[in-house]
Amino acid sequence: MAAAGTLRPLLTRAVLVALLLGALAFPAVFTLPFPRHIMIMIFLYGALATAWNIIAGYCGQISLGQAVFFGIGAYTSSLLFRDLGLTPWAGMAGGVVIAVIVSQMIGYPVFRLRGHYFAIATIAVGEIVQALIVNWDAIGGARGVFVPIKRPDSFVNFQFHQSKAFYYYIALALLLLALGVTRLIERSRRGYYFRAVREDQEAAAALGVNVAREKLRALGVSAALTAMGGTFYAQYLLFIDPESVFPLSLSILICLVAVLGGVGTLWGPILGAAVLVPLQEGTRVMLGGTGKALDLLIYGALIIVISVLQPGGLMALLSRARTAGSAR
Amino acid sequence: MGFVYALIAAGLSLIFGLMEIVNFAHGEFLMVAMYVAFFAWLLARIDPLVSLPLTALALGVLGWAVYHGIIRWVLDGPMLAQIFATFGLAVLLRSGAQFAFGIDFRTVNDPLLAGRLALGPVSIGVPQLAASVTALGAFVALYLFLSRSETGVALQATAQDRQAASLMGIDTQRMFALGWVIGSACVGVAGALLAMFFYIFPDVGAPFALLAYVTVALGGFGNVPATLLAGVLVGLVEAFGGLLLTPALKYAAVFALYLGVVLWRPQGLFGRF
Amino acid sequence: MSLLSVAGVTKRFGGVVANRDISFDVAPGELVGVIGPNGAGKSTLFDVITGFQRPEAGRVTLDGRDVTGWRPDRLSHLGVARTFQKLKPFAGMTVIENVMVGAFQKTSDVAAARAAARTVLESVGLADRAETHARGLSTGQRKRLELARALATRPRLLLLDEVTGGVDQATVPGLIRLVRDLHATGLALVVIEHNMRVIMEISQRIVALQLGQVIADARPAEIVRDRRVIDAYLGETWRV
Repeated sequence: MAAAGTLRPLLTRAVLVALLLGALAFPAVFTLPFPRHIMIMIFLYGALATAWNIIAGYCGQISLGQAVFFGIGAYTSSLLFRDLGLTPWAGMAGGVVIAVIVSQMIGYPVFRLRGHYFAIATIAVGEIVQALIVNWDAIGGARGVFVPIKRPDSFVNFQFHQSKAFYYYIALALLLLALGVTRLIERSRRGYYFRAVREDQEAAAALGVNVAREKLRALGVSAALTAMGGTFYAQYLLFIDPESVFPLSLSILICLVAVLGGVGTLWGPILGAAVLVPLQEGTRVMLGGTGKALDLLIYGALIIVISVLQPGGLMALLSRARTAGSAR
Repeated sequence: MGFVYALIAAGLSLIFGLMEIVNFAHGEFLMVAMYVAFFAWLLARIDPLVSLPLTALALGVLGWAVYHGIIRWVLDGPMLAQIFATFGLAVLLRSGAQFAFGIDFRTVNDPLLAGRLALGPVSIGVPQLAASVTALGAFVALYLFLSRSETGVALQATAQDRQAASLMGIDTQRMFALGWVIGSACVGVAGALLAMFFYIFPDVGAPFALLAYVTVALGGFGNVPATLLAGVLVGLVEAFGGLLLTPALKYAAVFALYLGVVLWRPQGLFGRF
Repeated sequence: MSLLSVAGVTKRFGGVVANRDISFDVAPGELVGVIGPNGAGKSTLFDVITGFQRPEAGRVTLDGRDVTGWRPDRLSHLGVARTFQKLKPFAGMTVIENVMVGAFQKTSDVAAARAAARTVLESVGLADRAETHARGLSTGQRKRLELARALATRPRLLLLDEVTGGVDQATVPGLIRLVRDLHATGLALVVIEHNMRVIMEISQRIVALQLGQVIADARPAEIVRDRRVIDAYLGETWRV
């Protein structure tokens, strides 16, 4: 018993280190842009889903409006860069600040709602924000914003045209940051409070947990990380518009990624991303234009299956397989 | 249009009232209904208004199938699973339609009813008018069914108190399935009506679904008659929003209305909770 | 000065008056029992005292400070803890994690909270189930968990809502002993109970409610002789 107790965490740690080394070495091995792009997207979606996991998985508030923060991050850094020449890194910080402020403003009234009302309210907020941005001509409206292209490649300008490798490592760093933050929270008093709020708000309140404040904190952290993802996206694609960074479909996609992988777990969101992104890109390559629907089709089916059979997602499936294996 | 929203919302409200599940695939059900009506027209030259019973029936079957195949299993599960089960269904249906039929807009050309009617200073399209009237009629029929017929009352009883109802001999499983069937059939009717004059494409369900959620929330989840009032309200806000603000903002106006109501009165205007 | 003072509390739900002009005091370290038929307004009273409901009229005072309508978490920090009649375990968390949530009120260090939680679990007899998920517990064990969680916040006043409800007869004496031991440590307790034997045994004073009103507030020996209490609740055949 004791041997198994010390062996398991050691093994897990070894696997994680191996994965990390593999991730770091990836661009050296795969030098073509396409595989790198896939990994970048996996990292990005993984980070976004991990961020959502904080408010939804750990704190139990199913927010369906994450795109708001994503868009804020993207627009803030891009506009500051275009109009003021401010380095996107500072713009990222700015995006984070604005996203957090907006999250608190949204959260304060909306968190008073429960269950389905809350979920729909988050959708409503997302739609309103998108509509507002579309109509805000001063920042481009529906035409979007082009991030000015600067050559040569520069870290300060957060643009790399020669190779995707830099984007790769930045995306990886973002993912690791999101994971790190989640892990930190998970093990702290805050994490316990979040989970208590998720399980039973009233019981938590009776134990001294300031439920409203915890929800706002969770949302704030989630918003910050999501906004960072938004800035990254803007710098990666060099063009953003309301349709690409604010839509409901993006909010939903982020949720689906996390749900598939396992809501409320540390590694679930990445797992989900690791499944969805290749699926998405793979079908796009295979079927050209109509491919976009097929991956979602499969995805939708997967979500239904997961919801019905194993709401814990892939992570739950894996842990069941593991305990079944070790029971032998 | 408000009446149509009310009809769609009624189905949603019924399902929610029964088992506290918001059918996030409701919009996609509408889309399916519209496609059914479209293909009835395309393949057999039956006008949507005429094929309405067929569409309603088809959707009823879909509702039944969805209940037995999916919903039944997540009823006791965590809310997350319930939300995402129907969400997954929505994604599935929408992308399935996209995959099977492409993203082109389809319309029913030369429908049975066409043209516009002048009512005083306002001119209304005849199909829209017919849709409103029929929707209202369907709604009234639904209301009568729920309040007068034995099954309808049983449905209401199950919605109010599941345990008590089952203790009185009502088969709750059947009631749930029935709720889904009727709720879907409502959407079927609405879809057939809309097919008369609306564009049909895979994503068409989405805005209607969102409006339906707002309508249900406004009226109060579970309160079917209230959704009529709420539907009209939503329809009005949408129309005026489109006139006063830019058309793009009209949905925003509806959502703002939702937020306003729900924050001030969390149960909606007449909600049960 | 009394620890808890309830004065003229009235709580309405639509047309139903759940609590009508309720007043009583609890001295530090006192054990007060609350009895009354179903629907007498006992749980509602707890809700009002602990901030889950706001009364239409009346005041709740703690240590002389008016805390009427304060949020539950603030009251918890002032030393008021409660259990719920309808048990509310954190189902997805383990037993010790459940208790840690309570312990975290007094410390922000995870290890310290875990240690404190373990101590509390030992005192309620759940130490061996520390790593079990809360949803896997029996009703009796859940009751103990509910109690442990509340205790972890080191309250001065503990409100117990139906400690022996839904629990098999064999477990009752153990729970009573637990409550007695807690009282012995100087904790003030207000206990709602249906089991008359239990409440007569442990209470220093009993408050009887009927239809939302206080009909008697006296020592156990006097309560059983009170005409109104007998009519409302006990029936003629009760004898102590």
